[in-house]
Amino acid sequence: MTRIQLGAVDYIILLVYFAFVLGIGWALKRYMKTSSDFFLSGRSIPAWIAGLAFLSANLGAQEVIGMAASGAKYGIATSHFYWVGAIPAMVFVGIFMMPFYYGSKARSVPEYLKLRFDEKTRGLNAISFATMTIFSSGISMYALAKLFGLLLGWDFSFSIWVSGIIVLAYIVLGGLTSAIYNEVLQFFLIVLGFIPLVFLGLRDVGGWDGLTQRLSQVATQKGFAPGAFTESWSHLGSPATNPMGVEWFGMVMGLGFVLSFGYWCTDFLVVQRAMAANSMSAARRTPLIAAVPKMLFPFLVILPGMIAVALTYSDGRLKLPMKADGTMDFDMAIPVMLASYFPSGLLGLGLTALMASFMSGMAGNVTAFNTVWTYDIYQSYLNKKGSDGHYLWMGRAATVVGILLSVVTAYLASQFNNIMDFLQLVFAFVNAPLFATFLLGMFWRRATGHGAFLGLLLGTMAAMFHHGLTLPAGATAGIKGGWMISEVVKIYPSEMAQNFWTAIWAWSVCFGMTIIISMLTRKNKSDEELKGLVYSLTPKPEEERVVWYKRPMEFGILVLILVTILNIIFW
Amino acid sequence: MGLDIRIPVGLMFGIIGIILVVYGIIADPSIYQASLGINVNLWWGICLVVFGLIMFFLGYRKRKA
Repeated sequence: MTRIQLGAVDYIILLVYFAFVLGIGWALKRYMKTSSDFFLSGRSIPAWIAGLAFLSANLGAQEVIGMAASGAKYGIATSHFYWVGAIPAMVFVGIFMMPFYYGSKARSVPEYLKLRFDEKTRGLNAISFATMTIFSSGISMYALAKLFGLLLGWDFSFSIWVSGIIVLAYIVLGGLTSAIYNEVLQFFLIVLGFIPLVFLGLRDVGGWDGLTQRLSQVATQKGFAPGAFTESWSHLGSPATNPMGVEWFGMVMGLGFVLSFGYWCTDFLVVQRAMAANSMSAARRTPLIAAVPKMLFPFLVILPGMIAVALTYSDGRLKLPMKADGTMDFDMAIPVMLASYFPSGLLGLGLTALMASFMSGMAGNVTAFNTVWTYDIYQSYLNKKGSDGHYLWMGRAATVVGILLSVVTAYLASQFNNIMDFLQLVFAFVNAPLFATFLLGMFWRRATGHGAFLGLLLGTMAAMFHHGLTLPAGATAGIKGGWMISEVVKIYPSEMAQNFWTAIWAWSVCFGMTIIISMLTRKNKSDEELKGLVYSLTPKPEEERVVWYKRPMEFGILVLILVTILNIIFW
Repeated sequence: MGLDIRIPVGLMFGIIGIILVVYGIIADPSIYQASLGINVNLWWGICLVVFGLIMFFLGYRKRKA
């Protein structure tokens, strides 16, 4: 891997970005008067800003680098993570779930669980979520430091502390508003930094037709049908005919339903952005507005990966580097593309965009952490009677501690890679069943606190058992699965197929057990208490007399039509 | 909130755009071998300046109203 030499102009662009990020935090400082300003932006954010922040908070390192890597590995089928595994869930959360999140006046997702079910369900969710955010922001930092070390020769500790201190400063100063405003800035930076990359890459390979032609050679070389990398649905009939190793049912149910609805509809990291919106209508439109650019992101992040792999196989201007074990290092797709197409100047913009994506991922996690810590853990269990000023102070303190813990995580990750894989697995177990709990909680008034709590625990255990009893093809027992018995029950064609089915099992067990246990236990909340929290007991939100694109239902249907068209074009 | 985000977004991209345009004019053209012979600094810099101006104008107009 050749080092990139940055010129003075590139550093100037990076410094301009840093100056604006910090300046926004500084300018917002005087508006942070109450804890609600700090944690919820005083519920004053317009829909389009909340929408872009909703998208940007999810646009962390794993998004840009990871989706390009998947594009290189699996081709256009990676778009399923967007057009199947994100958009439908985003439309659902906006139209059907936001009325309860926003209308209940809950300040966080765990707090909604407390209002709807009981204290223990909230506690379980709050603690696992808080741990997870710290872990993810640490991983984001680690990935940034590793990449910038490799590309620019920056010192590991230098990268960690610079990114950590900048994120810390702008959140402590301006709270959630500062994070949201910076996410909007980062959104534009990522889009405008990557468009020239896609343009130059496509021009170099001869447009979509040239790319299709080159990738058909790669596909036949790997033993697939020629279109396996450039057609998203045609090869999903059997796991053996597509590079992902999945079949359509497992993909649609596992990714499109369980995993995607679990993330977009219950993860406070994104839901928090909609909760900060300035009206019910704005909150409902937040995920829908986010869905429009989200739909187009495959062209920005997946295409560079596909171009990189096409060039590597056809003796183009660049080659993906090899990893120590002899496999291709797909994670380097974006960095290698930046290094080979961008001259000094634009290179500064591209690297700043990359930096912005790491920072927005980090900041999203930290703002979600400080809110859940302060409201759901500190105020609920440790100090119930503090003044509002005290909680505002605690929010700032939690931000500092959250960043420090992320730094520790980043150093740990650089030492013990296995611990990170292990933690990631545990969180996957905890997350997989969550959507069943929310679905029953919002749409079935008979669901009880005991039912929800035990259903979640049993769903998590189901995920654990499924993982422990199965293995992906070609893997050895251990972190990949099969650690419970010597003779595994089922061998999946790929790791992805195994993941999807782990999620499907966890969800189904949680769904079924929550129903059974709820029927066996007494209802712990009266219908009066559940008003505003459950569908059948909540008055339907009045559709205002506004133009169609300001009405969530019409907007949502339009988004679904557009995404269907995209699926058909790349079928 | 008293701060319209379009103003800082407009300013930042305006400044970055100007930096790219100036660099595109003065830099040695041989660096554009990487970008298929196109002076991407100049052209993309102009696009960013236009984007920055639009954003700034939208935010500024709202503030006056």
